[in-house]
This record gives sequence, structure tokens and C-alpha cells, in this order.
Amino acid sequence: MNVNENKISVSEIDASCRVPLLALFGGAALWLVIGLALSIVASLTFHKPDMFANCAWLTYGRVQPAANDLILYGFCIPAALGVMLWIFARLSQIPIVLPLLPIVAANIWHLGVVVGTLVILSGNSTGFLWLEYGRGAFVLLLCAFFLFAISAFATFGARHHRELHVSHWFLIAALLWFPWIYAAANFFLVICPVRGVAQAVIDWWFANNLIFVWLALVGIGAAFYFLPKFAGRPLHNHYLALFAFWTLIIFGTWCGIPQGAPVPAWLPAASTVASALLIIPLIAIAKISVKTVYGANTQCKGGPFCYIKFGTAAFILSSLMLIAQACPHFSRVVGFTWFGPAQTQFQLLGFFAIVILGGFYELMLRVMGCELPYPKFVRVQHWLFIAGLVLLVGSLAVAGIVQGMKLENPKIAFDDVSSATLIAFRFSTTGQLLLLLGSFLFAANIFVMTARWKFGLLKSGWKALNAPLQASEVKS
Amino acid sequence: MKSSFPIFLAVFVALGASFGGFVVGGISQLGTEKQTTVLNSTDTYPLQRTGDATLGLQVYRAQGCAACHTTQVRQDGMTCDVVLMGAGKNLRAVQKVLGEIAPADKDLATNQLPKTIFSGVTKEVAGDNSDKLTGAGAKAEIHINATGADISRGWGIRQSVAEDFLWDYPVQLGSLRAGPDLANVGARYTMNLQLQHLYAPQSVDKNSAMPPFKYLFVVRKKINGELSPDALSLPKGIVPDDSEVIPTDDAKNLAAYLVSLRADVPLYDAPFTPTVSAPAEKK
Repeated sequence: MNVNENKISVSEIDASCRVPLLALFGGAALWLVIGLALSIVASLTFHKPDMFANCAWLTYGRVQPAANDLILYGFCIPAALGVMLWIFARLSQIPIVLPLLPIVAANIWHLGVVVGTLVILSGNSTGFLWLEYGRGAFVLLLCAFFLFAISAFATFGARHHRELHVSHWFLIAALLWFPWIYAAANFFLVICPVRGVAQAVIDWWFANNLIFVWLALVGIGAAFYFLPKFAGRPLHNHYLALFAFWTLIIFGTWCGIPQGAPVPAWLPAASTVASALLIIPLIAIAKISVKTVYGANTQCKGGPFCYIKFGTAAFILSSLMLIAQACPHFSRVVGFTWFGPAQTQFQLLGFFAIVILGGFYELMLRVMGCELPYPKFVRVQHWLFIAGLVLLVGSLAVAGIVQGMKLENPKIAFDDVSSATLIAFRFSTTGQLLLLLGSFLFAANIFVMTARWKFGLLKSGWKALNAPLQASEVKS
Repeated sequence: MKSSFPIFLAVFVALGASFGGFVVGGISQLGTEKQTTVLNSTDTYPLQRTGDATLGLQVYRAQGCAACHTTQVRQDGMTCDVVLMGAGKNLRAVQKVLGEIAPADKDLATNQLPKTIFSGVTKEVAGDNSDKLTGAGAKAEIHINATGADISRGWGIRQSVAEDFLWDYPVQLGSLRAGPDLANVGARYTMNLQLQHLYAPQSVDKNSAMPPFKYLFVVRKKINGELSPDALSLPKGIVPDDSEVIPTDDAKNLAAYLVSLRADVPLYDAPFTPTVSAPAEKK
């Protein structure tokens, strides 16, 4: 694109994102609701074990991974792609290049999620953690990602200012990294499986790189775009942000192999060292965020600014939990306990979902060119999510530590260890209910918005059809 | 920086390093793994699982058992016992050495052998003392015991090692212990007990939080009031007296897989001294 061309108006750029973003976010909202509902179904098993004794599709071992994957693949990734696309268009100051591709990609992606979920629930999952979807869904998701990436890279390449924004670094790394890890993990585990525990090593590598590194790249990349915007001043320190980026990808990618795993000792040792060094990018990210936000003259009032601030803080906390899990002594206690799921849920819902929802509420007003149908829901959802997360993550983390300490004492019977954690499920299920309520509010906003927009289109189309013909068009 | 190409390259290298380390490195070290030999024996390990157990692993995967169960035992360390197997020709000399290293056993008689002289000591202490005893002409052995909470709990005899999973696809290590570890469950439960536990977990373990897998079984009326050969022998009260529970092929395969989970031979990576008596069956 010619740099000397007339500057395109911001509203035109935003409008170009409308259909792709509605396609990405609409499906994401649906999957978030279904995913949280399924995770409640899964947790019911702990309240009443024989609830689904006769129903293979609803047994815990199938519903739990299906729910987790719906939250990750159904909600987190498409929502991330939506926010990413909008940030690229805004930073490049041009409308999306090849706008049809992300629309097609969004539909293929959502189809892949449907296929994958049915695969798990019908008992055909691959059996690998976070990679349960199998071949069919793998091909669909990867194709969708490639289509999306073509449009995103084209938009990036046609940017007006050649100078790179900090968010560019994070988001481009994410665009490169997902197809690599997803294709590699599927190739070596599903298509052409390797032998023995090498499978487990590859699965841990993939899970850590998707859930920790990839989500961190997109979430922090988006936060570094939105925080200065809300605070009304530039990002605290450009070079420190780049330092955080490099240390995050260099150390973060090596985490994830648990201690005590039946693999050669250098693998968990490398992960432990990398996890300890992860404190460096964490300090940098915390410092940048605090210095950018602190003292800014902006009230957040439960709006998008609050979301992004809370999400960034949650990232620091959940990463600290990740580091704690790799500490030699602490890992012995919390390994194989509910502490691990607590950390993962915090990373997915506390950090990532909140940052992306904050971005969504900010950009959707501009993209649709109208107010949200229920603006009050934004604030209510914020509080529901925070309360839900405190209950869910707090209770599971405490249960994990208690469970770990009891497991370390062989004199305590295993039944007593399990029953000690049962009380935590009352709190965690309540937390999940609050999260589900919150996600309903998000879904209500986006679906009513989409419906109104489509209705508007229909109305204007109808009007155009019924408009009296102009005299010049009438045959004499 | 205006050109984005160097960034792509650097990002690729930084991210790809972990791919090189964990994926390429992991495959080259572990992906070419071969069978090993059992310690102090010529037996190879692990053997292929039987056909039904191999199918059972697929049932294990399909039901998502790994969501709640690990199949890996952790070990903190090891301790050694010194066992005097024979006094040799010179009992006096052995008694003298015993008087120095273990005064309580200094009046040892040959009919008391074999006798554990030291238990729960480090490798070095055991080695020194066993050398002293053999120096006096006695026959002493060092027995190795793995230690750790998992092992004290009875979940295994030694830690799990890479070889244990050589033939499995997918490898189901698990990451959460909502239920007990299953690495060595084949040594604890028999086939019948496994099936009963799958059908009605609470009938085996009253406080179990495990969901019953009734959909893997068929309940039907007894034919002429007689139990079929295939039917489970269940305690009273689980099904009506005139009904019987028949496991489907999936249930039988799954139970066969669970019974095949036995990590109970010593290996170079995970040594221990096997006890001679067979482990007693639980319940």
C-alpha cells in the first residue's frame, strides 16, 4: 500500500473488522458458556459419584477434558485472534487486508472445536492432555489458523508506520509459535507417534508452550497495547518491554516438565532452572504495568481498564504459582494435587479471559459503531468473574496444598486424603457457577449486538428493495 | 527497528531452542529406547502387554481415567540392609567382627541365619560393614529398599522409570491424584476385584469418590436362577437377587490392562532387592 495515500479514517478501519470479529467472538462466547457449563457437570461427580454411572458421554474423564479444551480452544484462542486482528489493523492504520480469510478461518475453527468436542465425548480422544482433539479437528484448526495468519501478516506487512510497536513483537511471536507447537505435537503424538515416555515429554512441552507461553504472548501483548491507551500516556519503558519479551520466550518455553517424572533427570532439571529464571520477565512486566498505570488520571469503574489491570495482576500471580510448582521442595508437596489445575484455571480464566474480555469490551463499541446493548453487564461480569475466580482458584489451591501434605504422610489413608479435599469442591463449584453467570452476560451482549446488526442489515436491505424506483430507471 | 525479518529470525531461534531441546532431544534420547534386562537376571523388561490388556489401555484412554489417576510412583531415595547369609568356616572371626560393628548380634549362632544385621542404613555404611563381614569369611548381602511416601503407601516397590512405558500408546502418566496411583495396581487387586470395583467402587472401598462405570456392564435376569460363568460375583445388595452383572468386552479388557500394571522388577535405573515371599493379596 502506498504510504502517501490519503489517511484512512479510524472508523473505516474499525468497520473492516466487524464481520471477522463477530464470527470469532460469537463462537468464542458460545464455547465459553458451554465449556463452563460442562466443567460444572464434571465437578458434580465429586458431589455425587454415581450421578452419570450409566452415561458414557458424561463420565468425568470425558467431560473434564472436553470442558477444558472448550475454554482453551473454543474461547481463548479465537477471542485472542479477534483482539489480535483488531490491534494489527489499528497499528497498521489500514483496514484488514484480505478480510474474507479471517471470516472463513473463524468458521472452520469453530467447526474444528465442534468436531474435537464430539471426539472427546464419544470416547475417541487421543488421551494426551490438552491435545485430546485428534486428527480431524487438528487439520481443521491448523488450516483455520493458517488462513487467519495470512490475513494478519498481510495487514501487518502493509502497515503505514514501519516502526514496530511493542505489541507487534508479542503478537507476531504468537502467530509464529502456535502453528509450530500445535503441528509438532500432533505430528509426533498423533500422526506418527514416538515411542514411550518421549510422548509425555512432548505433551508437557506443548501444554506449557500453549497455556503459559502462547497465552502470555497474546495477553501481555494486548495488555501492553491497551494499558497505555487507557492510562493516556506511553508505555513505561519500551526497552524494558522488549527485555521482558525476550526473557519470556527464552525462559518460558523451557518450563513444564514436572519434577519426579519418569524421564531422564536433565529434562525436569532444565524446566526447574527455566522456571526460576522466569522471575526476571515477571518483574519486568510487573514494573512496566505498574509504572504505566500508577497515578494515571483514569477511573476504571469496573470497565475494560479494570479488566486489563486485574488480568495483568492475575498473570503475575498465576506465573508465581507456576514457579512455585517447579521449586524442588514445594513441587514434592503439590505435584499431582489440585494445585496444578488451580494454576491452569487461573492462567486461562483469571489472566487470559479477563484481559481478552477487557479488550473485547473496549474494541467492540468502536467496531460496531454503537453502544453495548447492556453496558451495565460489563461491570457486573467483572465482579462475578473476580468472585468466581477467588472461590475456584483459592479453594483448589488450598485443597491442593492440604492434599499434598497429607499424601506425604503415608499413615493417613488415601480415603481420608480425598475426603479432606471434598469440602473445597463446594466452593469451587460455586465459583464455577459465578463464572458461568458472568459468561452469560458476555454472551448476551455479543449475541444481542449481532442480532441487532443483522436486523439492521435486513431492514436496510428491505428498504432498498421496497424503495420506489427512480424516474430514470422506469421504462417509458 | 524498521525491518521485521531479523525479528522473525531471532524469535524463531529463541522459541525453537526449546523444540530442539525437549522434542528433538527427547525423541533422540527416549524415542529409540529399547527393552532392558531385569537387574541380576537375564529376563528382558518390559514385555509386551497381552492382547486384551493392550486393548484395555484404549478403554482406559477413552474413559479418561488419567484425569484422576497417575501411573507413576515417586521415590525419595533408598536405604540398605546388611543381611548375614552364612557365617563361613570361621564363626569366631565373624562373631568378633559383629562384636565391633553390631554388639547386639555378637553371640550369633549359625541356626539364626540369615539375619539382618543393619537395616535402613546408607549405601556407604552398608558397604563398609558388609566388607568387614566378608573379610572375616562370612557371606553378607546388601539389600536395597526404595523409600518415599508413595512406596510407604504401598503404591509401588520402586520409582517408575521410562522403561515401564516402553510399549504403551498413548502413555497415560496422569497429572492428578484424585484417585490412588495405579502404577502397581496389578499387584494389589485381582481381575475379579477390578471388575467389581469398576461396576460399584463403593462396594470395594466405602468412601471412594470414583464414579461407577456401569455402562461398561450389562445387567440381566439370571437364566433359570443360575449365575452365568461370565457374571461378576458381587456382594449381596448391589443388584437384585434375580439379576446378574455381565462385563462387556471393554470392561474385561480394561480390567486386564489394570491387572497388567505391575512395575515390580528391579532395574538398573531403579534398583531394589525383591523379597522372596509373594506379596499378599489385598482383601
